[in-house]
Amino acid sequence: MINAAGREIPASIEGYKEVVPYAGAFATQPPAGARKAGPKLKAVYPGANKLLNSIDEAIEACGLKDGMTISFHHHFRNGDHVMNMVIAAIARKGIKGLTLAPSSFLDTNDELIPYFQQGVLVAAETSGLRNKLGHFLTTNKIGKPTIIRTHGGRVRAIEAGELKIDVAFIGAPTCDTYGNINGVHGSAACGSLGYAMVDSRMADTVVAITDNLVDHPICPVSIPQYQVDYIVKVDCIGDPKGISTGALRVTTNPRDLHIAKLAAKVIEHAGYFKEGFGMQLGAGAASVATGKYLRDIMLRDKIVANFAIGGIVGPFCDLLDEGLIRTLFDVQSFDARTIQSLRDNPRHQEYDCTFYANPWNKGPMVNKLDYVVLGATEVDVNFNVNVMTDSNGIMMGALGGHPDASAGAKCTIICAPLLRGRLPMVTDAVQTVSTPGETVDVIVTDRGIAVNPKREDLLANLQGKGLPLMTIEQLRDMAYELGGKPAPLKMSDEIVAVVEYRDGTVLDVIRRPLL
Amino acid sequence: MTRLVRPAQAGTIESSDILVMLAPADEGTGIQVELKSPTMQQYGEHIRGLIIRTLQEQGIQDAIIHANEKGALDYTIKARVKTAIRRAAGQRGF
Repeated sequence: MINAAGREIPASIEGYKEVVPYAGAFATQPPAGARKAGPKLKAVYPGANKLLNSIDEAIEACGLKDGMTISFHHHFRNGDHVMNMVIAAIARKGIKGLTLAPSSFLDTNDELIPYFQQGVLVAAETSGLRNKLGHFLTTNKIGKPTIIRTHGGRVRAIEAGELKIDVAFIGAPTCDTYGNINGVHGSAACGSLGYAMVDSRMADTVVAITDNLVDHPICPVSIPQYQVDYIVKVDCIGDPKGISTGALRVTTNPRDLHIAKLAAKVIEHAGYFKEGFGMQLGAGAASVATGKYLRDIMLRDKIVANFAIGGIVGPFCDLLDEGLIRTLFDVQSFDARTIQSLRDNPRHQEYDCTFYANPWNKGPMVNKLDYVVLGATEVDVNFNVNVMTDSNGIMMGALGGHPDASAGAKCTIICAPLLRGRLPMVTDAVQTVSTPGETVDVIVTDRGIAVNPKREDLLANLQGKGLPLMTIEQLRDMAYELGGKPAPLKMSDEIVAVVEYRDGTVLDVIRRPLL
Repeated sequence: MTRLVRPAQAGTIESSDILVMLAPADEGTGIQVELKSPTMQQYGEHIRGLIIRTLQEQGIQDAIIHANEKGALDYTIKARVKTAIRRAAGQRGF
């Protein structure tokens, strides 16, 4: 069948739940009368000891068995030691058939490939895939298709009981002896624990793994003691160099800066740039640089944003300190500057991923966005965005909060160069739809800007402002003229991954490419 | 007609460029292209054809060409091939 994003979706997919095709960004409601899933009831009475001596002991104490589902958070990014360390320990115990459902994978998780080959891991559910693991899971058939979810969609799936986490292993930068955790202190400080907060609340068993075990209690507490079953002290949970890149530098690439300048002008004129607006800027080069130009406009017009959300980067913290943003809501802190700001500035608050982006609660922060500026691997003439597969159809990206923020914001701005190498980035049809075009409003490229024709209001506001406006078809034609129309990739029929929309419907499927 | 007299190269392996290595071949052996490209599936045939056409337009019938393409546009590819031909033909100033 063809879904509302125009994609051919099979009626059933082996190894995947019942297929419900994407029907539109806000068309699908929770089943009537359905209740939230939750962890098992447990009691810890006075005198109990949660401290265990090793990860091995923790695996035994959890009762981890073949076929269970385990989770991890990705706040340590490429500095993470926890996921690889725990899975190696699980493999040594001979446990097999596990589903691995982290909030995302990063380059460092390439080490997990042998465990998929050996059958220790048989399924993956994640927001992102990169590098060799992404290549492996695109080109090999493991037990089940990989499920790709948005950050908000993952919380929804957990609370709807579709993703049932048996054991969550939580890398804890600081943990006290009774299981209170925060991410702002310790040598592996990562700032916000926004994704881990969800897993701690919803998993049947929660194991804190820390290299900074301190006396009870700590302050502040991000993950409370009453959610944590066991605590294990290890030598090192993460490498600060991989966790944050220090102060995130604004790009010097002239093409990205040009795109950023145009995006800032779009924000200025699109109609929502008013005192008290709300925004999110992605962590891509052009998105971050947009903040730099927006700052000048905010200072000139004396306009202050009431809030900014998302994964937070250093330049946003500078705007907070300057009084140009009143409050930051931080689900993931991208650099050392942000971690420090979250720790020291009371207007910079940590929040969990349901608060950020879950479509099935009583209103996530994305719903209040005026603007979001995000990147794209490619876009198409229907304004669909791909951030998941590369030009050869290999999984190498992450949905992250892209579809969530795009759905929520009044004006969604996508920044991309018109060409990468010779490949057109505005095409007839993207390889994989990761954010549906009906939630995308403006495409900003280095050679022109296209406004979604359903947003006549935005188009009217942006006309006569010196912006290089054109139709999306004109952008595509220009790209094809320069780079040539690419020959389509040769794909097999075999489905290796399912891209879920934030509401759990099937937005697209990823087939194994014939390389 | 241009005659190739020695191996020569033009271009770089920078992004959006192409490194072209051209060598003379025995008469009647034709144009043999070995192409490396990150967009082999999308543009492999197109780039191969463009290289052969550019050589033929310059009167080359026999050559061995190794091309390491890094996302170059057509005019870059043509310019690099033409420069390699002139160098391989021993022309001065190239």
